[in-house]
Order: sequence, then C-alpha cells, then structure tokens
Amino acid sequence: MSRRTVRKITNYVALCLSGLATAVGLFFLGAILWTLISSGVAGMSVALFTQNTPPPGGSGGILNAIYGSVVMTLIGILIGAPIGMLAGTYLAEYGRNSRLSSVIRFVNDVLLSAPSIIVGLFIYEVLVVRMGHFSALAGAVALAVIAIPVTVRTTEDMLNLVPQGMKDASTAMGAYHWRTITSIIYPAARSGIVTGLLLAVARISGETAPLLFTALNNQFWSTNLRAPMANLPVVIFQFALSPYKNWQQLAWSGALLITLAILILSISARIAVSAGGGRQR
Amino acid sequence: MAALLVLTLLGGVALSLLKGSWPAFAHFKFAFLTREIWNPVTDQYGALAPVYGTLVTSLIAMIIAIPVSLGIAIFLTELAPAWLKRPVGVAIELLAAVPSIIFGIWGLFVLAPLLQRHVQPWLIEWLGPLPLIGKLFQGPPFGIGVLTASIVLAIMVLPFISAVMRDVFETVPDVLKESGYGLGATTWEVIWKVVVPYSRTGIVGGIMLGLGRALGETMAVTFVIGNAHRISPSLLAPGTTISASIANEFTEAVGDLYTSSLVLITFAVIAAARFMLMRLDRRALSTV
Repeated sequence: MSRRTVRKITNYVALCLSGLATAVGLFFLGAILWTLISSGVAGMSVALFTQNTPPPGGSGGILNAIYGSVVMTLIGILIGAPIGMLAGTYLAEYGRNSRLSSVIRFVNDVLLSAPSIIVGLFIYEVLVVRMGHFSALAGAVALAVIAIPVTVRTTEDMLNLVPQGMKDASTAMGAYHWRTITSIIYPAARSGIVTGLLLAVARISGETAPLLFTALNNQFWSTNLRAPMANLPVVIFQFALSPYKNWQQLAWSGALLITLAILILSISARIAVSAGGGRQR
Repeated sequence: MAALLVLTLLGGVALSLLKGSWPAFAHFKFAFLTREIWNPVTDQYGALAPVYGTLVTSLIAMIIAIPVSLGIAIFLTELAPAWLKRPVGVAIELLAAVPSIIFGIWGLFVLAPLLQRHVQPWLIEWLGPLPLIGKLFQGPPFGIGVLTASIVLAIMVLPFISAVMRDVFETVPDVLKESGYGLGATTWEVIWKVVVPYSRTGIVGGIMLGLGRALGETMAVTFVIGNAHRISPSLLAPGTTISASIANEFTEAVGDLYTSSLVLITFAVIAAARFMLMRLDRRALSTV
C-alpha cells in the first residue's frame, strides 16, 4: 500500500469514528428520552395531578410533590436572583478590574462547579441543625445558594456584551453611573439576563442532593414552609428505589414531568438568546 | 454589596465543613484516609473505600468520555454541514440539562439490566481469564456496580467536555488550518496536527471541568453503584463513592463521629475540586 492510501484510509476511519461518537451522544439522549416517555406516559392521568403521594400499593398522584417543587424553586430563585444579579452587576460595572473582583470571580466559579451535595451539607449545618428540624425553607435556601453563581456568571457575561459606546453616551449626557445601569444597561441586556434566570431555574428544579438534607420529604399535603415539604426529585429518588410497583410508576411519571419542564425551559432560554442576539456560554 | 456575599458564602461552606469534620479527623488522624473499615456499631470509620470508588469511577468515566467528546467536538466544528451543526449542538447541550436523578433511574432500570444480561457475561467469559487485566472482570454479573456507574458518569460529563472542546476548536485561526490543507494534508491530519496541538491547553481545561463534575456527582452514582463499603478489584462488583455514601447515610447518621466522618470526606472532595479548578483557571487564561 502506498503512503497516500494509508493516509487516506486513516483519514476516512478517523472521520467515521468522530461521526460515530456524535451518534453515540445523540443515541444516549434519545434512549433516555424514549425510556422516560415510554415508561412515564403510562402513569399520566388526572389523578397524577390531583392526588397526593399514596402509601405503598394504594393509588394516588404526586400533587404535593409538584406543589413543593414549584414553591421551593420559586423561593429559591426569588432569593438567589437579586443577589446574583447585583453581584454580577458589581463585577461587570463597578469593580471590573479590581483585585477583589477577580477573587470573587474565582470563588464564584468554584461555587458554580462545587458538587451540589456540599451545598446541601452546608445548609444542613447552618439552618437545619439550628432550627432543629428539616424544612421547606431550608430547601429553598439551598436551591438559592445553587442559583446564585449561575446568575452571577450570566449577568456579568450579558452586561459585558452591552456596547461601551452606549454607556459612554449615557455618561456624556450627564447621567450618574446608577442611572446608566438602570436605564441603559439593564434594558439592553434584558433578554440575556432573563435567559440566565431561566437556566438557573432549570438547574435548580432538577436538584436532588441538596434537598435530601434540607427539605427532606413529606407524604402529605403541606404548605407550611417551616415543615418538611414533598418535592419531585426526592420523591423520584425514594419511589424509584422502592420495591412497590405503583411507587416506581409514579417515579417514572414524575421523572418525565421534570425532564420535560427542564428541557422546555432550556430550549426557550436558547430561543430567547438567539432572538436577543447574545451568545450564551 | 451582594458580591461580598458570594465570597462569604464559600467561606461559610468551607468553614462549616471544616468545623463539622474536625471530630472525625481528631479521632482517627490520617488513618481515616487509609482504612477500609466502616462500622457504625463500633464507631469505626475509614474513608478508603469511598475515596477509592470515587477515583476509579471518575477515571474510567474519563477514559470513556474523552475520546467520545473529542469525536463530537471534531464532528461539530470540522465535519458537520452548517444546517446540522446547530441542532446537533443543541441536542448535546440538552443532554447536559437533564437532571442527574434522571440519569440515575435510567441507569438503574435500563442500563444496568442491559449490561447484566448482555455485556457483563461476555466480559467475564473473555476478559476474566486473561492475566493482569483479568482481575478487573471477575465475579458474578450484578448489573449495578463500579463499571455501570462509570458509564453513567461518562454519559453525564460528555456534553460538558465536548462543549468546551468545541469552543476552543472554534478559536483556531482559519489561516492555520488553510495552510495545513494547502500543504496537501488530509482533514484528519489537519485536525490532529494543527487544531488539537493549538488548543491543547483548552482541551485539558475541559477535561478538568468534566473530571470535577464526575468527582462530585451524587444522585446518578447513588442509584447504580451498589453502595458497598469495600474495595474489590473487580469492576463488576458494587462499590461506593464519597458523595454516594453521603447521600445514603447522612439522613441515617446518628452520633457526631458518624456525621463528621461524612463531612470530612466531603471536605476532601471540595479541596480536590478547588485545586483542579485553580489549575484550570490558569490554563484557560493562557489560551483564551
């Protein structure tokens, strides 16, 4: 075989392999979605959305878990979003090149990739032990701690995309710095920031590990923030590992619901980005 | 100053972990990290089994994930036609958005039985009798175990690594690639001898990021690893990882020693992850 043939064959094989790798990645996404849909749809019924988690063997739905997840995600994002946005604004506008900002940026990146179970442990030590019992509030705070680094990062990135000329123009008109930020920069970066928030919601609504130690779980309907509250991820965790058929079925349905919700959130976030013209990392 | 709060947050996390882990560390000294025993009845704990499990699963996951994500990145940047790039890229990114618990139940109910029935008997029959690597593939096919956990982890870190790789591949100047083609190189030669060396530091950064994910991953691993506090040479046997043992035992942990043993393990992880990120940061800065 001539050298040229060898090179051509190597080229062909390598390119086929990389195409194959992509197919493998797509295959796993497809396989997971297919499993979720085929096993989850069977459990879809009105009862799923109208009844609470049943005892083993009984019939029921996951209403309390859906409610708990929504409430805790909302509180988490309500606490996390303002803090994250303010911190991001500080990094992008006030302390862009200061030493403190680079330290904060580094710490934020560490928090961003810290295992979520660590956050759960932290909140357990700080809130659960002090309060003496598990509570929905502690769960929400844990989710907020996870949401903060995400919003800090996206807010900073989005604010940095706002053209310097617009800021200069505003300053030249005699606007104070805070005026420039609230009237010029925020509106210009709005779609990007909203995307960041959507991604943060998507991230925390699927978190399981931190809720294990904070919100725990609840078999019953509860709106008391100071008591343990049911939530989808932990219900899925417990029910999927249980030996009872009806619990496992509920776990699959719950898994399907939560995945659909997250995928819809992520896709709409991406659409918002391409509509706003920004670039998401 | 909300920014300062972020700083305090991590400080608080580190402090509370340190405080919580102190009793265990003071009691067992460094032996904690080198002993395999885990016995709540007699209050004897050692972290060797979870630490070993964490390292092994992450290592195997990376061995699987790195070549595959390299392939995906190459496909997305160099091969795919323009109309295919975006949908495939988004699909891979969606894989990253799927919550880890979903990977967990999928691994437990779909992947594990599949491996148990079709893959593991084959591995045991053909690779088991071999010298050296044979030890890795002996014992009954449980389905759940170190190997299954590694595969699930590999699927989970895939999108992260390939996203970073794709981004650094796109920073390679077209002029460099074009001069490669101009000299008569094949597509593969351009990729392997021009694109990859140019973006080497970025690739290492992406791998580190994926490794950080794999080390800390909790829920998916908890489902499929089998949670056995022992070290077994076989990859098919159940094991445990640090975060899986935290998730499993924390709610049942009674007694300070027990809890603090768990917290101490956690602290080791965050320290390791931090160190890796520091390296990543430095490398990333030098490329971009």
